[in-house]
Amino acid sequence: MAATRAFNSTRSDKIFDIINVVILGLVLMITLYPFLNVLAISLNDSTDTVRGGIYLWPREFTLENYRTIFSYSSLKQGFLITILRTLLGTLLGLISSSMLAYTLSRPDFKARRFVSVFLALTMYFSGGMVPTYMLMRHLHLIGTFWIYILPGIVSAFNVFIIRSFIDGLPYALQESAKLDGANDFKIYYKVILPLCKPVLATISLFLAVGQWNSWFDTYLYNGNKPHLTTLQYELMKILQSTNQGASMVNANDLANQMAQVSPESIKMAITIVVTVPILVVYPFLQRYFVDGMTLGAVKA
Amino acid sequence: METLSARADTEKEKAITTPKPPGKRMKSVWRSIVQQKYLYLMSMPFIVWVFVFSYLPVWGWTMAFQNYKPSKSFSQQKWVGFKNFVDLFHDERFYLVLRNTLAMSLMGLVAGFIIPILFAVLLNELRGKYFKRTVQTVSYLPHFVSWVVVAGIITKMLSMDGIVNELLIQLHVIDGPVQFMAEGKYFWGIVTASDVWKETGWNAIIYLAAITGIDRELYEAARVDGAGRFRQIWNITLPGIRTTISVLLIMSIGHLIGIGFEKQFQLSNSLVTDYSEVLDLYALKYGIQISRFSYGTAISMFTSVVSIILLLTANGIMKKTTKESIM
Repeated sequence: MAATRAFNSTRSDKIFDIINVVILGLVLMITLYPFLNVLAISLNDSTDTVRGGIYLWPREFTLENYRTIFSYSSLKQGFLITILRTLLGTLLGLISSSMLAYTLSRPDFKARRFVSVFLALTMYFSGGMVPTYMLMRHLHLIGTFWIYILPGIVSAFNVFIIRSFIDGLPYALQESAKLDGANDFKIYYKVILPLCKPVLATISLFLAVGQWNSWFDTYLYNGNKPHLTTLQYELMKILQSTNQGASMVNANDLANQMAQVSPESIKMAITIVVTVPILVVYPFLQRYFVDGMTLGAVKA
Repeated sequence: METLSARADTEKEKAITTPKPPGKRMKSVWRSIVQQKYLYLMSMPFIVWVFVFSYLPVWGWTMAFQNYKPSKSFSQQKWVGFKNFVDLFHDERFYLVLRNTLAMSLMGLVAGFIIPILFAVLLNELRGKYFKRTVQTVSYLPHFVSWVVVAGIITKMLSMDGIVNELLIQLHVIDGPVQFMAEGKYFWGIVTASDVWKETGWNAIIYLAAITGIDRELYEAARVDGAGRFRQIWNITLPGIRTTISVLLIMSIGHLIGIGFEKQFQLSNSLVTDYSEVLDLYALKYGIQISRFSYGTAISMFTSVVSIILLLTANGIMKKTTKESIM
């Protein structure tokens, strides 16, 4: 847009610009305010919060809410499981989608069209909730940690994004590696993977965010397994307990702690704890995922 | 998009494979497998994976035609024909749920489709580089946050002492605080607005990229001809991203009925179920929570089939009218 500025801007152009800045400024505020508000409440003294009127700054600053939530045993367990599933799920998802994408990018691969269509179809239909549930039951995955990892290992969408990226790389690189005597696996591992770092960064973010944010598998399959609980699921239980009273959630340790502190500030503190890891990561990967999304959708 | 790439595959393959006499075919297939063993080793395990986790559940649709009992094997199940579907279409609740699903998905389609385009166009017109980058980065933020968190935040903002009530009272739009979350009539709007809040920035990425691809000279030429900013948007930017718009529109129509249930699950409460229950939640309630597996499967199957029909119809209409299509 720098070129635009050089041109003489008319009066109506200036008015347009001002209105545009105002509109987008409003959008900025609407997006950001809820997060800042939650942060302020989480840092405010819990009994004081009840009085209301906390906007962008805590009125009576305290870290007590955070200290309290870190003493919940269910949250600690949830943290552990969530981190574990995020790491493992991301790693396995990366391996599977990059390998598949590589084979799909090879024009001489005989099964390519079959694999491509076989994968693509999964994007348009699914068996639905009940058949999937029954499948998990047959596979004895219900009540295990693996239910968080195994069903989601291959994602067609991610495969196609990586594949578009590989298609953009010069094929001569692979051919020269082949002349040097490298087999297909070696080419994938030594030539393709290092070149794919930007797109792999994007896919890692997608996979990690997906794992970090998921709650439904815990709810559906592992709801009665406290040692397999996840952060989002615990947060959900605590957030939804507002009206029914805190003691319903987790009778053993929450109830007595909730009695001493206002749930509001505690809830907001947990929300912040669950959200912060993602907020820390995504701006750094922004450049990559913008390219990745563009590759995946526009190139088609 | 992937079907397009599949089409590109055939074209590339045509150039590579030469026709073979039928007798030698099996032999040559086997030889190519041996020759490309690494490629097969790298892809086939995942194909098996996809088969198990994505295709086997579709086989589970047979449950919709049975009186499925988990303790029995497939051959021991009792077949009941279309009974589960007949039951489904006779359930009054089903029509309520269908209404909710369609209402929310249509509202989501209109708002979630138009607003990101507007946002992308406005963002593109922004001149301050740093302000532009800030708005963009912040706009992605809610996309990365789970619906659990978003629902918590929305509930907070819409609560009796929340910012929305406070603003509306200050502006004299309402006299006293409104219990937004407790009244069914607001639910559809809340879901749509939350979705727009969460996904606008993210959905705008693709349009922004498409706008970047438009030839800058077109704008220069338009300006020489005396076109104002609105005219440039109307006559250059929007036509320039028409292809992107059509493709995304077809895809969102395909997802019209399968809108999922996350937002509805997280934002609803017992006071608003008549407005919040959607097909997937209905399937969850009947299919799993009260163990009417066959009935739940019939609901899932209905949803999938209607989605596919919608997708094909939208694609067909688009193909006829705009020559754009995804298959």
